[in-house]
Amino acid sequence: MRALRDLGQRVTARIWRLGYASRFFLAILMYSGTSLRRLHLTIREIYFTGVLSLIIILVSGLFVGMVLGLQGYDTLARYGSTEALGVLVSLSLVRELGPVVAALLFASRAGSAITAEIGMMKATEQLSAMEMMAVDPISRVVAPRFWGGVISMPLLAALFSAMGIFGGYLVGVQLIGVDEGSFWSQMQASVDFREDILNGVIKSFVFGIIVSWVAVFEGYDAEPTAEGVSGATTRTVVTSSLAILAADFILTAFMFTGT
Amino acid sequence: MSQESLVEIRDLNFTYDSRPVLTGINMTIPRGKVVAVMGISGCGKTTTLRLIGGQLKPTSGTVRVGGQVVHELDADGLYALRRRMGMLFQFGALFTDMSVYDNIAFQMREHTDLPEALIHDLVLMKLHAVGLRGAHRLMPAELSGGMARRVALARAIALDPMLMMYDEPFAGLDPISLAIVGELIRKLNDALGASSIVVTHDVQESLKIVDYVYFVSEGKIVAEGTAEDMKNSKVPYVHQFVWGESDGPVPFQYPSRPYGEELMQSGAHGG
Repeated sequence: MRALRDLGQRVTARIWRLGYASRFFLAILMYSGTSLRRLHLTIREIYFTGVLSLIIILVSGLFVGMVLGLQGYDTLARYGSTEALGVLVSLSLVRELGPVVAALLFASRAGSAITAEIGMMKATEQLSAMEMMAVDPISRVVAPRFWGGVISMPLLAALFSAMGIFGGYLVGVQLIGVDEGSFWSQMQASVDFREDILNGVIKSFVFGIIVSWVAVFEGYDAEPTAEGVSGATTRTVVTSSLAILAADFILTAFMFTGT
Repeated sequence: MSQESLVEIRDLNFTYDSRPVLTGINMTIPRGKVVAVMGISGCGKTTTLRLIGGQLKPTSGTVRVGGQVVHELDADGLYALRRRMGMLFQFGALFTDMSVYDNIAFQMREHTDLPEALIHDLVLMKLHAVGLRGAHRLMPAELSGGMARRVALARAIALDPMLMMYDEPFAGLDPISLAIVGELIRKLNDALGASSIVVTHDVQESLKIVDYVYFVSEGKIVAEGTAEDMKNSKVPYVHQFVWGESDGPVPFQYPSRPYGEELMQSGAHGG
């Protein structure tokens, strides 16, 4: 009986927290005016979340593309269609790996940093100080970080895919010797702008919203202690990673079935 | 409400998680005066400041600042009121991603359309008042505790507030910084023509600079009067507090079972 009651309490607490997070999301949208009017606040966050994540995104993209080149070549060689390597690498990256892996990396690199920063601002009373100065922290601190993340994510995913394709080219064409002409021309003929690229961009935009929302919420809701901030940072990475994978399945089911 | 008082607190009760934090508080902060709220940690001093600043809502009773009931104000009204308040947090709460200069310019940039050249002059003037004009390029991480507190003080007076609130301004400071901060609280209050509330448990330093003192214990006001009244007070709690006695109404021991009983039980467990 007690186990059942505990379970009920936990479920209720989770639902309550989800409701709180949803209201927080609406508050961010409502108080986004400052982020748009004073663009330099958002641009600063794009620098911190986007530009500073470039190295990890580009290097990871390159290696993922190189692995795809090797694995793809090995599989395609069994069917004698190695000239389709460019198609395999590009579609894998643009439709799936680009948005998903870039978002997972973004969650661990930038999401955790956003949570830790906002959490520490709360723990050191910087957010309270801002409130006492008649400046709304959601408008001044949270919303610019949220929009910085949302804008950065699709750009990072695009760069991840581009680097991945270059990695696939290096391994497939330069190292293994797949015909360069077929690599690029088949890719060009098979990758559809709306079906593949646009859907990939939509995915990464949604992932950007998920990661940024989770990151700012966990930071703002963190218990104002070192342990609380550490727990919130971990929750950001775990929650946003799971949410990205779940959302990826749902989006893929809607986007690519029947084609 | 009296014309002479800036803050009036009447029959204030505040309960947190069904635990009473403040009970039946009545306080008056006259214009132009420095008033201390003293008591041991956890007695409800900081909660009182947060209620005055509108960061918490009272369970019952009223807090009036400049004639306005704080908890009845909407968000815009509350923010308008807070623009006329300054608050010094316990450890400064400086924005760690901004330089000293930008910390002080923060409110001016947020709430005014002043040209940057004028903001520059104002920031240096505020820093000069706290003796740190030469430190305007430093980041908060490069400041000592005392310097950080003085920068936070300069930031709190950036818009020349009518009410200054200090939350433990002396905590963790060396004797020289302590004296400087104490002196600044008094001088700035008089220069700005503001009223100040100093929440503190530092008796010696605060009694030198304040006009009036409220002693809070377990969420209730147990004594009030001038600094001299407090020094000569016969109220046991005040006497213990002012003279720093280790035992008295505030016991040395955290509440527990009798020691003998506890030893007997641990002996029984041990074998």
